[in-house]
This record gives sequence, structure tokens and C-alpha cells, in this order.
Amino acid sequence: MIRLEGIQRIFQVGDQAVHALRDIDLSIGAGEYLSIMGPSGSGKSTLLNMIGLLDRPNAGIYRLDGSDVTGLSDQEQARVRRDKIGFVFQFFHLIPRLSAAANIELPLLLAGVPADQRKTRVDQLIVDFGLTGRETHRPDQLSGGQRQRVAIARATVMKPSVILADEPTGNLDRATGQEVMSILEGLAAGGVTLLLVTHDPEIGNRASRKLRLVDGRIVADERASS
Amino acid sequence: MRTADVLRFASFSLVGARTRTLLMIVAMAIGVAAVVVLTSLGEGARRYVVGQFSSLGTHLLIVFPGRSETTGNPGMLLGETPRDLTLDDALTLTRSRAIRRIAPLTVGSALVTTHKRNRETPVLGSTADMLEIRQMSMGQGQFLPRGDPRQASPVCVLGAKVRKELFGSQPAVGEWLRIGDRRFRVIGVLASQGQSMGFDTDELVIVPVASAQMLFNTSSLFRILIEARGRESIARAKQDALDILAQRHDGEKDVTVVTQDAILATFDRILRALTLAVAGIAAISLAVAGILIMNVMLIAVSQRTQEIGLLKAIGAAPAQIRALFFAEAAVLSFTGALAGLLLGLLGSFVIGRIYPVLPVIPPWWAVAAAFCTALVTGILFSVAPARRASRLDPVESLARH
Repeated sequence: MIRLEGIQRIFQVGDQAVHALRDIDLSIGAGEYLSIMGPSGSGKSTLLNMIGLLDRPNAGIYRLDGSDVTGLSDQEQARVRRDKIGFVFQFFHLIPRLSAAANIELPLLLAGVPADQRKTRVDQLIVDFGLTGRETHRPDQLSGGQRQRVAIARATVMKPSVILADEPTGNLDRATGQEVMSILEGLAAGGVTLLLVTHDPEIGNRASRKLRLVDGRIVADERASS
Repeated sequence: MRTADVLRFASFSLVGARTRTLLMIVAMAIGVAAVVVLTSLGEGARRYVVGQFSSLGTHLLIVFPGRSETTGNPGMLLGETPRDLTLDDALTLTRSRAIRRIAPLTVGSALVTTHKRNRETPVLGSTADMLEIRQMSMGQGQFLPRGDPRQASPVCVLGAKVRKELFGSQPAVGEWLRIGDRRFRVIGVLASQGQSMGFDTDELVIVPVASAQMLFNTSSLFRILIEARGRESIARAKQDALDILAQRHDGEKDVTVVTQDAILATFDRILRALTLAVAGIAAISLAVAGILIMNVMLIAVSQRTQEIGLLKAIGAAPAQIRALFFAEAAVLSFTGALAGLLLGLLGSFVIGRIYPVLPVIPPWWAVAAAFCTALVTGILFSVAPARRASRLDPVESLARH
């Protein structure tokens, strides 16, 4: 469902061109659980942003669900992001003045979903993610794990087919990290395509398919035998 | 995204930055309030003047010698001066059916002496009808007697202040005094009514017109006041007056007739222009408030890059981001304008209480204009910040912490 062909991404830093991604060819099937690892600056996040349509390649073609999304306008790309892609970030990126429920509700708000439908959907997710009793709390009144659960709930509220997680455990302690991982893996088990960027091998090795990036190239693509 | 949701989201972000929002509203409110208060002051002054003119008498026309236009008058070159207005001119005017009554005026200044005191006072010569035409009222005694205006009877009417200065607490009516070199008997005292456009009736001594002409050794009149029969006959009265006087002056149109309306209109124009100018100055403060809003919104954008990046990541289109910031500015300006309106109305009310003579009522056009200007500047100046927000690169704005 995700096909990258000859993707190039070049950043201009001063008068030097930095190749963040070189000739990436990648195909990811629906429901795959895939981790992307590699040293800092290897292009992991750039690849994730590319797949999440937050960044545009300098060359190459990106097909999502069979259609070419490389040339879409900003507005069309925003629509694709809203309907098909959910983001989970290392630093949660919750809006501080909004309650947990309001943060989860945001994508529905942007999509123009009527208020009553929004409420049912958000209430369901609050129960599913064990956030009952916290829905009116603001992010600064929540623990790290709770914040990330709110963020994951927000990423899934539109029922996307792809979840992109950039170091989702990077800012959490070990136990909380495990807890967050099991939530994400639960989603993957439910049929969502999960892409995970991490430099923690222990986390990365849990994925059924492991990608290794060095200097903007895919140097390893292992599938677990199971 | 639904409009109600956009507004709610915008209001939440405004409430989130409480101090900033409050300061912005105050800035906007002061601008709007300034426009409202200043225009209501200007409008109050205008109404005051109009009111004063109306108190001068209704349906009033004023005739004075000479033509008002100065262009191409060959008479000037030939050394010809305009013919004087005479008492007979004035009396003939009553032939017109559009004219109800007339009052000839002769003015001069003379030394008024009682046995103890003397005082240099403006002296006005007129007829009995002047009382009604100028809508004056008597304090004591009576006004000039009716009868032949050509007859110079030795009676006079004093203004309230003149009476007080000349007679103190002594009764004045029935007393004799000397004006210039002639003796007059006081037959009445005017009620005190203060200044009424030009003449301070409190400081006047009024004598029969023929007496005044004798006093000042002249046969001409200073003005003729005409009261038309009604509002609709003002134009008619003006034409009649011009025709009659031209006829009497061998066909020479050498007088000018001004209607009260014309004078009023002039004052009206001047004061309106003044009000507009003041409102313009106040509007500058609105523009300043607009620029303030722009600055604050720009700061908001740079403080909220992360939030904007996030909104983009979860699927907000550039147009939606713009709409959100737009809505924020609109809510801000609207609240500020509303607060300013209330403040301005309150201010006008307070000023109205302090100066009861001024009818301080904010004109509706100024209120509407101030409100709209506030909204428009607020929204206009938020275009740039909203555009900046919508153009932020989501990857970069999410990477910064």
C-alpha cells in the first residue's frame, strides 16, 4: 500500500547539499509492523516525514494506496494526512491549553465531523486507552505515559490505515515505554500499518520487519521469520 | 471544519493567552471609545449651535446693505457705495404677504449715565416687534411701545446686567437716565437670558429705532430682521424682500438677504467638518490598535509554531490554519470594539452629565464607523500573521522545542 520509488531528498545547508535520502525504493504492505533504525542523521525521520506527507521528495514517486500522492497540492496532502495517516511524536505535541478529550478530538474538528459523533468517538477512545477520569485534565496535569496515550488516541481517532511513530518511547521511562509499545502493537495487530522510528534496538527488534538506514540509504531490510 | 468549531478553537486560544488578549482588547477599546466620545462631543457642539440659532427666532431672515458678492461690481470702480437701508425701506417690507413682521435695527455705542454711575453700552434701536422676533422676554415693565416707528419717544429698555450695574438694588423702571446727550425713561427690563448668538441681550440698552437714529445721527439701518409667516414662506419672503428693496432702490439690487437656514447650514457644515476631523484623528488610534493586533498575532504565530506544525500533521489544510488565526483576530477585534463601544457610550453619558448644556449623543454613523473600522483593521492586519502561520514548514516547526 505504500510504494516509494527512487525517492531523493536533498537539503541545502549553506552552500553544501546534504543527501538525507538517496534512491529509496521501498514497498510496505497493509498491516505491516515495521521499524526504522539507524544512527542520528541517517534520514530515519526524513523518511517518516516523507511517508507522512509532511515533506516532499526532490525526486521519485510516492504511491499511497495505489495513487501517486507526490504531486498533490498542500491542501490535498493535508486531506490525505487527515484521513489516512496518524502521527505519534516523541514530544507528544499536545496543545497545552486544551483538555485531554479536546486534544483527542482535534482531527475530528478539522474534518468537520458533527459534535455528537465526535463525542461518541472520543469517549470510546478514552475508555480504550485507559484515560477514564482524565478527560478534562490538561496535558500538564498528566503523566508522560498518559500524555503519549492521549497522543496515540489522537492519532487513531480518524481510524487511519497508517500510524507513523517517531521515537514514541524516547521521552518515557522504561516501564511506561513498554506500556506505550504494547498499545501501538495492539493497533498493529488490529490491522493498522505501523511504522516506528527508533534508535533503541530493543524496541526496534520487536517489529516484524526491520529497516536499517545509514547515510540516507537502506542498508538492511530484514523480515522476522515468524 | 465547522464555523462554530473555528470560533470556539480561536476563543480558547485567546483565553489561553489571557494577559495578551486583555491588553489587545484594551488597546482596541480605547481606540473605539475615543472615536465615539470625540464624535459625540463634536455632534454635541453642532447640536448646541443649531439649538442656539433656533432660539434666535423661527423663520428668520436678515437683510443687510450691500451685495455679498464682490466680483465684477462696477459700482466699486465708479466710487459708488451701496445705498443705505432706511426705516422706510423696512416698513415697506410688511407689504409682502409672506412676511409676518419686521424689526429694523440700528446699533451704536453710547455712554449711559444715571445720577451716580455711567457706563459705555451698546445701544440698539428697534421696534416693538423685536421682542417676538428675537423671542426675548421681559423681566419687569414693558417693551418698546407700539405706534409709529418714525416717532422718537424718549423711552428705553435695559438688559438685566446693565440694569444691575446702573441701578444696583434700586428699582429701575420709571427712572430717568441719560444716553449720550438725551434723556430717556426706563420702561422695562429684559429677563436675563445670556448670550444668544452674537448679541448679549443682558448688556444691551434698547430704544425706539427713531431715537437711536437721532442719537447716532444717522438715517440708515444696520439690519432689518424679517420673520416669515411660516417655514415654507421663507424663500418667498426672501424674494419679496429683494424685489421690494430693489424697486425702492431704483432697480438696484444692493442688499443681501440671508436666511437663518443659510447661516445655520454654514455652521452645520463647519462643525460637521470639525467632527469628522476629530473622528479622523481618533481613527488613527484605531489603526494603531490594528498594528498592535498584527504584532501580537505575529508573536502568537512564532510562539505557537509547534501547535501549527501539529495541526498540519494531523491534517489541517493551509486555508484552515489561516481561518483559525483569522478567527482569532476577528474575535479579538470584535470583543475590543464592543468593549470600546460600551466605554465610549459610558464616557459620553458622563460628559453629558458634567456639561448638561451640551447634548452629547454619539452619532450613529460614528458608532457604526468606529465599530467597523476596528473590525476591519483587526482582521486586515491579521492577514499577514495568518499567512505566515499557514506557510510554516511542519517538519521544522515540530522539530523545534
